Amino acid sequence: MLLREVEYAKPTSVSDALSALAAHDGARALAGGQTLINVMKARAASPDVLVDLNGLDELKGIELAADGTLTIGAMTSYTELMASAEAKARPILAEVVSTIADVQVRNRGTVGGNVCANDPTNHLPPLMTAIGARMTIAGAGGEREVPAEEFFLGVYMTAVGPGELLTRITIPAGKHDGFAAITLGADGTCIANAAASLNGSLRVALGCVDAVPVLLQPASADEDAVRAAVQSANLDPPSDVHASAEYRAHLAEVLALRAARQAKERA
Amino acid sequence: MSDHQVTVTVNGVEYEREVEARKLLIHFVRDDLDLTGSHIGCDTGNCGACSMIVNGTLVKSCMMLAVQADGATVETVEGLAEGDELTPLQQSFSEHHALQCGYCTPGMLISATALLRANPSPSEEEIRKALQGNICRCTGYWNIFEAVKAVAK
Ligand SMILES: Cc1cc2nc3c(=O)[nH]c(=O)nc-3n(C[C@H](O)[C@H](O)[C@H](O)COP(=O)(O)OP(=O)(O)OC[C@H]3O[C@@H](n4cnc5c(N)ncnc54)[C@H](O)[C@@H]3O)c2cc1C
Ligand code: FES
Ligand code: FES
Repeated sequence: MLLREVEYAKPTSVSDALSALAAHDGARALAGGQTLINVMKARAASPDVLVDLNGLDELKGIELAADGTLTIGAMTSYTELMASAEAKARPILAEVVSTIADVQVRNRGTVGGNVCANDPTNHLPPLMTAIGARMTIAGAGGEREVPAEEFFLGVYMTAVGPGELLTRITIPAGKHDGFAAITLGADGTCIANAAASLNGSLRVALGCVDAVPVLLQPASADEDAVRAAVQSANLDPPSDVHASAEYRAHLAEVLALRAARQAKERA
Repeated sequence: MSDHQVTVTVNGVEYEREVEARKLLIHFVRDDLDLTGSHIGCDTGNCGACSMIVNGTLVKSCMMLAVQADGATVETVEGLAEGDELTPLQQSFSEHHALQCGYCTPGMLISATALLRANPSPSEEEIRKALQGNICRCTGYWNIFEAVKAVAK
């Protein structure tokens, strides 16, 4: 498909990237392109300028601090995350990204792009919400940090504003996590998914049922408490060819239980 | 719109060309370089017919811009055989009837080549996982799987 005409810039520093993004209203960051290029083919977005982040070494790599805190650069690909010794400190991360699509998509798709795209069926928004990740956003006025539960604002919308970039994701120490999904075929698109984290009190985040991940904080990790938390969320999920709203709400409850059980078994 | 000067090495041959930023890598390789081995199946990132190896990494070239390949080394299906000498994998595809219409074959061969390079002794599960991004409408996958398995050590 021939894309609409577009300008292209490949900055080599974050500050140059921010200037390029700020210089044009129609500028858009290009990460792995595994969503954006397809969106451009469909003309659902037609940026005037693509600011390619692939030259920004500052946004790559994973660091593990002595206290177990992980810092993942926004431009880290899924494949790099899977191969990272540091990322094993939070095993759920590699487990989940290894089920995203296929080798080719994992080779180019990035952790930052996944959360910035904020497609309601994506794997990482609920996972990052459940594990209490914090997103660092850089803009003309410097950096700010936003917790995951305030990062996802709507379908395809996040706290990253015009002229800003997500630079890294910070994840606290913890190992007792779970993830469950019903997908369209093995490693396919999620019809519904749920992430859970039991590091301290239980946090469960449901995906595919609303514009943004639905965060639940059940009173305990017991099945009844998890079930009650899902029910009191009064889910009103979308209906589509794969699942009716009612069925999707049912799946959300089942998956919340599965994810919470997995987190508990690891505790 | 400004054109970009790119230098790309495809199957060992260096090409210098002007490209528009909007041109996808698959179109650059097929239309500008006339290397039509790689196919466009879905143009949505699902089928893998456009798979290429870029700087050693397997990608779907319909989701990458040609300007992004500036300075890169690209491998396509045309680069596999040495003249008439098929690679063991290509020979195995032939022997195992791993193709019918052949549309998916360039992508399958490139994906399986990337797998065997990184992991010469893949398990059955690893072979299946490695070919997940490549859709075949004809064979039912079984003979493709057998062909790859036969050359795995
Ligand atoms: C066939 C196929 C199947 C897929 N299946 C799944 C799936 O099951 N689950 C899943 O989670 N994903 C899936 N994906 C999507 C894939 O994971 C994408 O890689 C991801 O959604 C976007 O990441 P990206 O790096 O490719 O970003 P891009 O496509 O480059 O960018 C996506 C959006 O985020 C913005 N952006 C990216 N990085 C930044 C940044 N650092 N700062 C500010 N804005 C930024 C871009 O401007 C753009 O708007 C699939 C993709 C394909 C092609
Ligand atoms: S044409 Fe690129 S994945 Fe189908
Ligand atoms: S042989 Fe026809 S699509 Fe695979």
